[in-house]
Amino acid sequence: MLDYDVKYLKFKTYLNTYCPHCHNSFNVKKKDHDVIAFKARYKGQEMDLSLSPYLDVFESESSLTVETDDFLEDLFCPHCKNSVIDQSRSCEECGTAVAKIIISAYSKLIPFFICLKYGCQWHGLTKSDERTIKLKIPRQEMPEQDQKLRVHNFIEVPYGLTTELALLEAGRCLQCKNPQCVFGCPVNIDIPNFVRLIAEEQFDEAAKKIRERNILPAVCGRVCPQEDQCEVKCILGIKDNPVAIGNLERFVADFERKMDLIKIPAIKKIPNKRVAIIGSGPGGLTCAADLTLLGYSVTIFEALHQAGGVLVYGIPEFRLPKSIVEAEIEYLKKMGCKVELNHIIGNIYTLDELLENFNAAYIGVGAGLPLFMNIEGENLSNVFSANEYLTRINLMKAYRFPEYDTPKPIGNRVAVIGGGNVAMDCARTALRCGANEVTIIYRRSRKELPAREEETKHAEQEGIKFKLLTNPVKYIGNDLNWVKGVECVSMTLGEPDESGRRRPIPLEGSNFIYDCDMVLVAIGNGPNPVIFNNAPDLKRNKWGYVEVNPETMETSKEFVYAGGDIVTGSATVIQAMGAGRTAANAIHEKQSKMK
Amino acid sequence: MFEIVRKQEMAKGTIIRFDIAAPKIAQKILAGQFVILRVNETGERIPITVADVDKFGGTITIIFQVVGKTTALLRSLDAGNFIKDVVGPLGKPAHAEKIGTVVAIGGGTGIAILHHVVKAMKEAGNFVISIIGAREKDMLILQDEMNLISDELVIMTDDGSFGQRGFVTDPLKKYIQERSDIKLVYAIGPIIMMKNVCKITEKTKIKTMVSLNPVMIDGTGMCGGCRVKVGGVTQFCCVDGPDFDGHAVDFDELEKRNLMYLKQEKDSLLFSIR
Repeated sequence: MLDYDVKYLKFKTYLNTYCPHCHNSFNVKKKDHDVIAFKARYKGQEMDLSLSPYLDVFESESSLTVETDDFLEDLFCPHCKNSVIDQSRSCEECGTAVAKIIISAYSKLIPFFICLKYGCQWHGLTKSDERTIKLKIPRQEMPEQDQKLRVHNFIEVPYGLTTELALLEAGRCLQCKNPQCVFGCPVNIDIPNFVRLIAEEQFDEAAKKIRERNILPAVCGRVCPQEDQCEVKCILGIKDNPVAIGNLERFVADFERKMDLIKIPAIKKIPNKRVAIIGSGPGGLTCAADLTLLGYSVTIFEALHQAGGVLVYGIPEFRLPKSIVEAEIEYLKKMGCKVELNHIIGNIYTLDELLENFNAAYIGVGAGLPLFMNIEGENLSNVFSANEYLTRINLMKAYRFPEYDTPKPIGNRVAVIGGGNVAMDCARTALRCGANEVTIIYRRSRKELPAREEETKHAEQEGIKFKLLTNPVKYIGNDLNWVKGVECVSMTLGEPDESGRRRPIPLEGSNFIYDCDMVLVAIGNGPNPVIFNNAPDLKRNKWGYVEVNPETMETSKEFVYAGGDIVTGSATVIQAMGAGRTAANAIHEKQSKMK
Repeated sequence: MFEIVRKQEMAKGTIIRFDIAAPKIAQKILAGQFVILRVNETGERIPITVADVDKFGGTITIIFQVVGKTTALLRSLDAGNFIKDVVGPLGKPAHAEKIGTVVAIGGGTGIAILHHVVKAMKEAGNFVISIIGAREKDMLILQDEMNLISDELVIMTDDGSFGQRGFVTDPLKKYIQERSDIKLVYAIGPIIMMKNVCKITEKTKIKTMVSLNPVMIDGTGMCGGCRVKVGGVTQFCCVDGPDFDGHAVDFDELEKRNLMYLKQEKDSLLFSIR
């Protein structure tokens, strides 16, 4: 099998080769193709030996016939006649002596070895050399929309890696034997292999490799907190920046979608096995996809008029284009999964009614009850929950008001309460909706901001102001009940609390008023009670979240499973997907036993 | 897609009645509950409390006044046309149990919702006195239907063109003086009407339920746009309501919150006219 050992040189690279003694080039230009020309000795006779300069082929032609598995006695430079055999090393495959030549790669001259045995294809660099050329490639940044322009539109901010950048970035991966990144991923994507496939320019294969574990690669590549999951485990990250796994995932998924390579797998249906999925967010979609693939008849029930859950109502267009979510859901539908919109489980059907028609049900309804601080003035006009504001703008497309009928809230000076990803989304959305000044009010310091670093960075670039160590105490309204300011108190950080973060303590007498005409409250969500209508046997914990067996995600109600935010409280897209997968496996296991 | 099976224009075409084919919702929806509908792809989601339901025919009845862009758009639809999305049932149903004498008060399109509630109250075995009112004779809706299901019916118009002249609160005062057995007052209509009814019943501490209609998007408790203050505590009208104890509701706040999008509503209408 023809394989190449040089991980960090691009496949089919043209090698410029030089003699280690006289530094003359071995490369010879011929009429139709170039060759690397050596002089060699075989069975006492001097001969000419030519190799192809392309890394993948490396064919040889010689003036004498050399028998396979025979080896050359010597290989020497046609210019200075010095032998290029390196006594200190031997072939890593067959142990034969090797020749050392110099190649130029990544603007460096590096030793390169070739096995002298005829028929052995081994050639490559030493491990240490590989490492030296390797680290010279910095982490590739995604090109982004100009920060001054982008605050006036809803077009996605990063453009994604170009093919060239993706190849460079994929080339950075060390291909660890014991890859830690895979364990960092909640759905255990085979990261080294998909990255290798990118480096080999087999983008469609790379996409398939990701799809083995993750049905929403275009979404996860964009919104997963990779810096806390896979990338944080990357060995390169110890001394340098980790491989941009998320950006590569996004690149592959976008390539697959744009090239229309997404294939619908053949599915063997299991007769009379029906599963209901409640909620079409990332967890529900994953559970639905896994079970559909296993052959179950799956129906997803969505309360809103569009499927996707938080992916369509919460995350803004400029961070996750809705066309991508639609494409992913289309894929699921083509696999045979039914999607019932406008169905609120708890109201239109109770859980018990569902179980009459379905063998199992998965609750992935998220945490859809916006929290407020219960301070004075929260019901003033133009004080919104983050959910309402984002739903208006994203799901209802109010940013295109009046073309779309849902009114767009108007605010010039906007205060956003909270420091998570949702707060960043709110702030950046408000800016794009025409606000002059947007300020994030957060009670801890910059270091404790729960938002992803990338989101915070983007917000800062766009001119979002930060009032850190500040907490609102009340909202002040004008005579029309319209908010005109927020009274804040400065905070200081005390001892760490049970979450490990330092507890913010208000500084007495430090109150001040921040003038604003719109307030967005983004301090998190609680469990929405609608699903629990007429389901008193579904056990919940003291915060109202559903209690499950963490191994199977099964609830106290048999055949009813739950996962994602309705179990854990606000978390990430990929964690919800992980829960969806665990439940799918458990449902399959239990149903298989039942027959 | 939900088909409009019947359309009826009322009150000189300013109030429209639709029977919409929604068999699943019709099976489940109870008096006092509402649906949210979205007319088309660019439409907004609006909550409308159901006025009647036909379980066997699989239809729900909505009655709405044409006030803005979306309701104007709805009026332009005819029987046989489709509404893109209808979702329900939403909210808590009206608590209909046998308690004795109930006074049901409806104003304007509030009569539509009241109709469904009165029906439920009557079925529960109560003695129902209905007081319905409108600006003038032509604006009054459902008087025949209300007459059929009420034990007593009083009709009020502001200008005296039909029934008695005056506000719905006038006969309410009279009934409270005359009868001591009124256990419950149900008031559905404009905020100002519900507020005034509550002021009257508060004196004699007669339990008064009102049905609120604040700004709403999803109707499942997810957005919190429909916050109303009830007894000093913030409640979400879509999941905790829409019916609340009228004596605890902060009507002034609700009134002001409902004006939040006045400017956008005008812009939207102007845009569609252009």
